[in-house]
Amino acid sequence: MKSSLLILFTATLFTVTACNRGNTLPDEAANGADSGLEDGAATSGDGAGGGIVESPLDAETRRLMEQLVVYFDYDQAEIRPEFTALLAAHGQYLAQNANVALRLEGHTDERGSREYNIGLGERRAQAVRRVLMLQGAAGTQLTTVSYGEERPAATGSDDETWRLNRRVELVYR
Amino acid sequence: MLGVRELNTAGLGQRRGKVAWIGALALLGTWLAGTAEAQLVVNITRGAETAAPIAVVPFGWQGAGAPAFDLAGVVGADLRSSGRFAPLAVADMVSRPTQAAQVRFQDWRVLDADYLVIGTLTEDSPDRFTAVFQLFDVTRGEQLTGFRLQAGRADLRATAHRIADMIFQEITGIPGVFSTQIAYVSEERRSDGTKRFRLIVSDADGENARMVADSPQPLMSPSWSPDARRLAYVSFEGNQSAVYVQTLRTGTRERVSARAGVNSSPAFSPDGRTLALTLSRDAGNLDVYTLDLTTQVLRQLTTDNAIDTEAVWAPDGRSLYFTSDRAGGPNVYRVSAEPGARAERVTFEGVYNARPRLSPDGKQLAVVYGQSNTYRIGVVTVANGELEILTTGRLDESPSFAPNGAQIIYATREGTRGVLASVSTDGRIRTQIASVAGDVREPVWGPFPRP
Repeated sequence: MKSSLLILFTATLFTVTACNRGNTLPDEAANGADSGLEDGAATSGDGAGGGIVESPLDAETRRLMEQLVVYFDYDQAEIRPEFTALLAAHGQYLAQNANVALRLEGHTDERGSREYNIGLGERRAQAVRRVLMLQGAAGTQLTTVSYGEERPAATGSDDETWRLNRRVELVYR
Repeated sequence: MLGVRELNTAGLGQRRGKVAWIGALALLGTWLAGTAEAQLVVNITRGAETAAPIAVVPFGWQGAGAPAFDLAGVVGADLRSSGRFAPLAVADMVSRPTQAAQVRFQDWRVLDADYLVIGTLTEDSPDRFTAVFQLFDVTRGEQLTGFRLQAGRADLRATAHRIADMIFQEITGIPGVFSTQIAYVSEERRSDGTKRFRLIVSDADGENARMVADSPQPLMSPSWSPDARRLAYVSFEGNQSAVYVQTLRTGTRERVSARAGVNSSPAFSPDGRTLALTLSRDAGNLDVYTLDLTTQVLRQLTTDNAIDTEAVWAPDGRSLYFTSDRAGGPNVYRVSAEPGARAERVTFEGVYNARPRLSPDGKQLAVVYGQSNTYRIGVVTVANGELEILTTGRLDESPSFAPNGAQIIYATREGTRGVLASVSTDGRIRTQIASVAGDVREPVWGPFPRP
């Protein structure tokens, strides 16, 4: 059981890395085309766990590991209860894979001052960072960057758009 | 990755810079000068009730072929854009004098013109021109001022702005800002889904736009040096924020802060030697710091466990105003430039006062004032904390005073598009400055040009 979990984690790592490769290319290599995290953030794994016998717990962990966005309330940086399981899965995964690094990208909706929103995005990224570290992730595995309102996942000026933009994206590197 | 080009600097008697590239940086951008996407168009949405009727007669031309430049056209557009003047249509002019001896004041009294501007442009040599203009008070039938200006071909637009400045100051008593520049950020969404962020400097009327920086990653928070020769800004190239200081004429830039976490909100001190900036460093808490650009000495000014950011210097350089949410919502505070002092709160009205910018005399703060989902530009009188809301948008932001203190430029929305607008400090005159392509935002008004 233990070894199959490890294989699962390794397979998941491969999936996550593969899905995010387009986002983590150095700018030079990408020739200026920023692939846009919002497009690639919601990754869907495929091929992970092939040939592995999955118990229900494994499937749940994998499902959680494939979720790479945490959403927030307006002007808030508190982790909502529905995201604690997701962050626990990522935190434990990081704890068991010390060579894996994760970038936490904090974002806000468009309302208010841009630089204040940089602060708010950083606060959200730091809140996620703290939760991951409580699960055993090391500080050296985690970097934060706040984009404030500069890189919205959705465009528009309505509640639903704003909800989708108040987020932290987990970007495995 | 960032392509950086040298700016053309405008100014009388000044040669334009040549294009220069920074070696290791790849070139992505296109030269903006003269292209349609560079253009901003000014529309007055609400003028002064007392806009003064003025006749700016097309200047006489003494040279080969067609006139080298339409000085009167630019002078008239400048004066109109201020909202304080209503230039007469050329078609309505019954006479078109170019010299004082040809002026019949009765012609202009009939048209209800309060003021009259005439002049000539003379081609001294292929790249040397002399402009002469005279401003008359039509009612009293006398000259108010007159000047002769000499310039190369590349500086004829700057010459027109200078003439408009002199006319504006003569009549209103306020220095004109037509010769100043603005910096702003543009974002263009391309059909393939990618984005381009550009930092642009243009004349105050939106013309003569030149690209300062170009990146697929966000650019933000441009800040002028007091001598208008450098811009500090934030760039997210390489998926992390960093503060750069770029010399406009050469295009060379220096990365002055790329510490862990947030590097943001740069602001030059009045003497240009120190940069205020916001850092989160390892602890992840945003505080205001100062960085001596010569010695690289970093000093921490705020220590509160809150978001402290958006610092701006008082004109005397001895204190700074900044945004902090230490008391709940964001509000403006003031702190000494010497570390160790306690910050004092400055704004008290409402729950959201952010992004302070100081008037040139230091007596007023322009802020983003948020209330029940609308964000507007307000002006706070520092002495008594009184707030006046100047704008009517829903998502107005990034106010910046003109160097004469009479106008505030800011970012607003027109539908879903980001556009620039300006409002007079008394709220009476509003102008919309629309970009032909892309979203524009974060306008920052540059200082008066130094001789």
